Amino acid sequence: MSTTLPSPAVRPDGRKRAFLEVNDLRVHFPTADGVVKSVDGLSFELERGEILGIVGESGSGKSVTSLAILGLHKGSNAEVTGEIWLDGREIIAATEEEVRDLRGSEMGMIFQDPLSSLHPFYTVGAQISEAYLVHTKVSKKEARAEAIRMLEKVGIPNAPSRYNDYPHQFSGGMRQRAMIAMALICKPRLLIADEPTTALDVTVQAQILELIKQLHDELNSAVILITHDLGVVAETCDKVLVMYGGQCVETGPVDEIFYAPEMPYTWGLLRSMPRMDRDRQTRLTPIPGSPPSLINVPSGCVFNTRCPFTDRVDGDKCRTVHPNLEQGATPGHAVRCHIPAAQRQEIWLTEISPSL
Amino acid sequence: MINETTAVPAPASTPRGEPLLSVRNVSKYFPGSHSGLLGRRGTPIKAVDGVSFSVDQGQTLGLVGESGCGKSTTGRVISKLLEPTSGEIRFNGRDIAGLKPREMKSYRSEIQMIFQDPFSSLNPRHTIGTIVGAPFRIQGVKTEHGIKAEVQSMMERVGLNPEHYNRYPHEFSGGQRQRIGIARALSLRPKLIVCDEPVSALDVSVQAQVVNLLEDLQSEFGVAFVFIAHDLSVVRHIADRVAVMYLGKIMEIADRDTLYSEPLHPYTHALMSAVPVPDPRKERRRERILLTGDLPSPSNPPTGCVFHTRCQKFREELTDVQKNRCRTEVPVVTENAPGHEVYCHFPAPRAGLTDLLKTGAAT
Amino acid sequence: MVRFITFRLLGAIVVVWIVSVVTFLIFQVVPTLTDTSPVYYYIGKVPFPPDSIQFKALVHRFGFDLPLYAQYWHFLSGILLGQNITDGVSTPIVCPAPCFGYSFRQNELVGTMILNAAPVSISLLVGAAILWLVGGVAVGTLSALKPGSFVDRVGMTSSLAAVSLPIFFTGPLLLLIFEYTLGWLPDTSYAPITEDPAQWLRSMILPWVSLAFLFAALYARLTRSNMIETMGEDYIRTARAKGLGRRTVVVKHGLRAALTPIVTIFGIDVGTLIGSTIITETVFNLRGIGYLSIKSIQSLDLPVILGVTIIAAVALVVANLIVDILYAVIDPRVTV
Repeated sequence: MSTTLPSPAVRPDGRKRAFLEVNDLRVHFPTADGVVKSVDGLSFELERGEILGIVGESGSGKSVTSLAILGLHKGSNAEVTGEIWLDGREIIAATEEEVRDLRGSEMGMIFQDPLSSLHPFYTVGAQISEAYLVHTKVSKKEARAEAIRMLEKVGIPNAPSRYNDYPHQFSGGMRQRAMIAMALICKPRLLIADEPTTALDVTVQAQILELIKQLHDELNSAVILITHDLGVVAETCDKVLVMYGGQCVETGPVDEIFYAPEMPYTWGLLRSMPRMDRDRQTRLTPIPGSPPSLINVPSGCVFNTRCPFTDRVDGDKCRTVHPNLEQGATPGHAVRCHIPAAQRQEIWLTEISPSL
Repeated sequence: MINETTAVPAPASTPRGEPLLSVRNVSKYFPGSHSGLLGRRGTPIKAVDGVSFSVDQGQTLGLVGESGCGKSTTGRVISKLLEPTSGEIRFNGRDIAGLKPREMKSYRSEIQMIFQDPFSSLNPRHTIGTIVGAPFRIQGVKTEHGIKAEVQSMMERVGLNPEHYNRYPHEFSGGQRQRIGIARALSLRPKLIVCDEPVSALDVSVQAQVVNLLEDLQSEFGVAFVFIAHDLSVVRHIADRVAVMYLGKIMEIADRDTLYSEPLHPYTHALMSAVPVPDPRKERRRERILLTGDLPSPSNPPTGCVFHTRCQKFREELTDVQKNRCRTEVPVVTENAPGHEVYCHFPAPRAGLTDLLKTGAAT
Repeated sequence: MVRFITFRLLGAIVVVWIVSVVTFLIFQVVPTLTDTSPVYYYIGKVPFPPDSIQFKALVHRFGFDLPLYAQYWHFLSGILLGQNITDGVSTPIVCPAPCFGYSFRQNELVGTMILNAAPVSISLLVGAAILWLVGGVAVGTLSALKPGSFVDRVGMTSSLAAVSLPIFFTGPLLLLIFEYTLGWLPDTSYAPITEDPAQWLRSMILPWVSLAFLFAALYARLTRSNMIETMGEDYIRTARAKGLGRRTVVVKHGLRAALTPIVTIFGIDVGTLIGSTIITETVFNLRGIGYLSIKSIQSLDLPVILGVTIIAAVALVVANLIVDILYAVIDPRVTV
């Protein structure tokens, strides 16, 4: 490598790169109706050992983001721009072959629906050892032994005999455990879990989240947990990124987001869910309207069409000027909102928090 | 209309003071998968096995439990989409369990259903007007201003634009489609609606809109709900009474406040401890009862108490003599307080579980 | 698995039995339609005046005066147990089981005629089937991998053309080009593969191509749509997320799943195929089963028609049985 080029592990401003760094990621899909801007200018950083929760409703761009990190949009008609740095290697500009080497070995992924995510015609064991064989030069027998070890580790009883079962012979929770075994068999340093418990019962969800946390501690990997459930985030994550309309609207440490959120959309999410840990409310407070079109994204702030607080901002700024993601009350807490920071914090304390 | 609304609170407005719906010892068995050429049958799958509960007029009963616990099958049996294998379903003072489809016709308009998936439960080739108006045509109901006017006023009531009368389901969002399903179910002013996971497929913000709508409609039309859901938080919000099911049987049934403040069945404890709450500090110091293993097969349920194979109390607290009772004896109902029924040999409140959930303050 | 095969086998036997009843009834109905004695169709000639004592004796000997169920039993036992066949004049002919009767028109046992014709038809069918499966699946897969690309457009346009071209057009066209104009295949007369493999290949290549052309086009389109659907499945995403190479993802994970419905369609197409061989064999002058059935239909040689029908039915049922078993092997969810 030429010495005139900057080292890939260092940013242009001289700061050392984070383990995972996403800079101004945009994923656009051209369709007959227009360009769908699924992800539009997303940036975040993640270090090893951290769990980041990406929260948002369907269509907010959270799954598209995870596929972009794995480079799975390559070969599709998606237009992906920006930078994704994983441990000093850039993924968007890399070739399919280069990213393929990283998939499974450096980054593993778990999906929402474990039944449709497993191939119906191959045994669970064969699918797990296949993941091991791609990245490790071992015999099939050794791969089998490793797959059984992994199945035992994720808590599947009688692993040697369940190895030969097909996915349809597993229960929902067992299938997700098998998916985790498959994603982690090469000990990746980044694990992306896309709604890993949405299709599962609460009791099974608790088991799976527990397992993810335990394996995360053991491998000291970075984890991205994508979910729409704020309860799951509160239980599992260190950092939170709230997505709306393909953009990050608020991000920060988990306690900041739950105890001092500053973005009206985050308030709306917290207010709209019925909670077991609070006195029962006579009425829920939904966010009015429905999520925005990703083809005709609202001008100004993406949330302005559903935001009850646009009157707190002078003039028509919410509808005309796109707000920047700026620091909130504490470092590491960033908010995309035109309401002045001090006023936001006051609204939370006086109007939102008491009504939860 | 106003008179109807005010008449709701008295739960005993049906003949002889009976509840609107009273389910007694109802079972639904499905034939085993190995039904052979010569009529040889495998062991039946006991999807619902002797459940009893009742629903008063204008009230909501929540049915909760894991997938495969029989809550959806129970809903389908009540609305007679499935015939019960045995038991009695008294609706409005009459046993409808054995009624033939033809005899059921008049009851069809009084019991309606709302389904989980607003995408697949609406015929994509029919307009909204056709879908919402179908019950009128099927039942041959005459309306004052014609079906269209009636349908449009119903659409307006559930928050849909009446001008969209001629649109097709794919032109609507998930939340709007669920509104269409609600409008269809409500169009004939039924007395009971069985809601099978009506908000599970919706986003949080939209889910709250639909839950509010259901509550508004209940107080306006005095309709009773059987609300089937796996989300305990939503059920706590909407239900007046809650039944917890496991492997085809009811484990515990009580008034909402009683069940959530003083659950007695170990299975209810496990379910409640598993619900994540959006409060990181509480989550960090919270005790979680993890169920071990998988749901046993409903064609070969455990003997005695069906839950004992996964029960934490059974594993950790009971003596061998007590354990033996769980293994061999099917628990009969214990009425802890009036209306609080528990099917457990050793029911007891669990310290630490509910005070964590109850405290109001965030910090 | 044993259980599954047993059930399918029993089902197959029932189907063959139904076919035997239907063919038997046709045999009964045809004479009444033309108001001719069944004796005429059976032996192909009327050796005695219809009202003579000898004729009545003949009717009695064949059992045509018996009730229908007894006649059916006679028909069935004849096939299963063998029989002696006579026209009442010549010496009886011994026909061992399985006996499909005797053609008095051509003075030969139907079984022998079918046995002689079968290798030609089997060569034609197997060769064409391999050709169209491989060709169709390959074109379909390549098209599916890049929908809208040049390969896709060429593949799908030519397959649309091929679907619209019947064998009686492509067949003579191929003959005209390769045999008469270019002179590449001067002698296309059939030779058994055991005797002269090269000549066998020369005689079969054009029939294979013209028969496979039509089916390959259908299968290319089918494979393409299945493959596009499969490549959008979640488990393909999983396979890619594991870091598998493109070839493994496409062939091992994609094609395996996309081919399952094709196996089913193939079982159904075997029936269509038997019809298509009649045309192909006629066009290329091959003396196979198709040619045999055409010839016997033209001369109303009923024993041959019956024999061919039953054999074709059995072939179809066996093909479907194999496909069902194959399906269970491919898709582990089928056997419970």
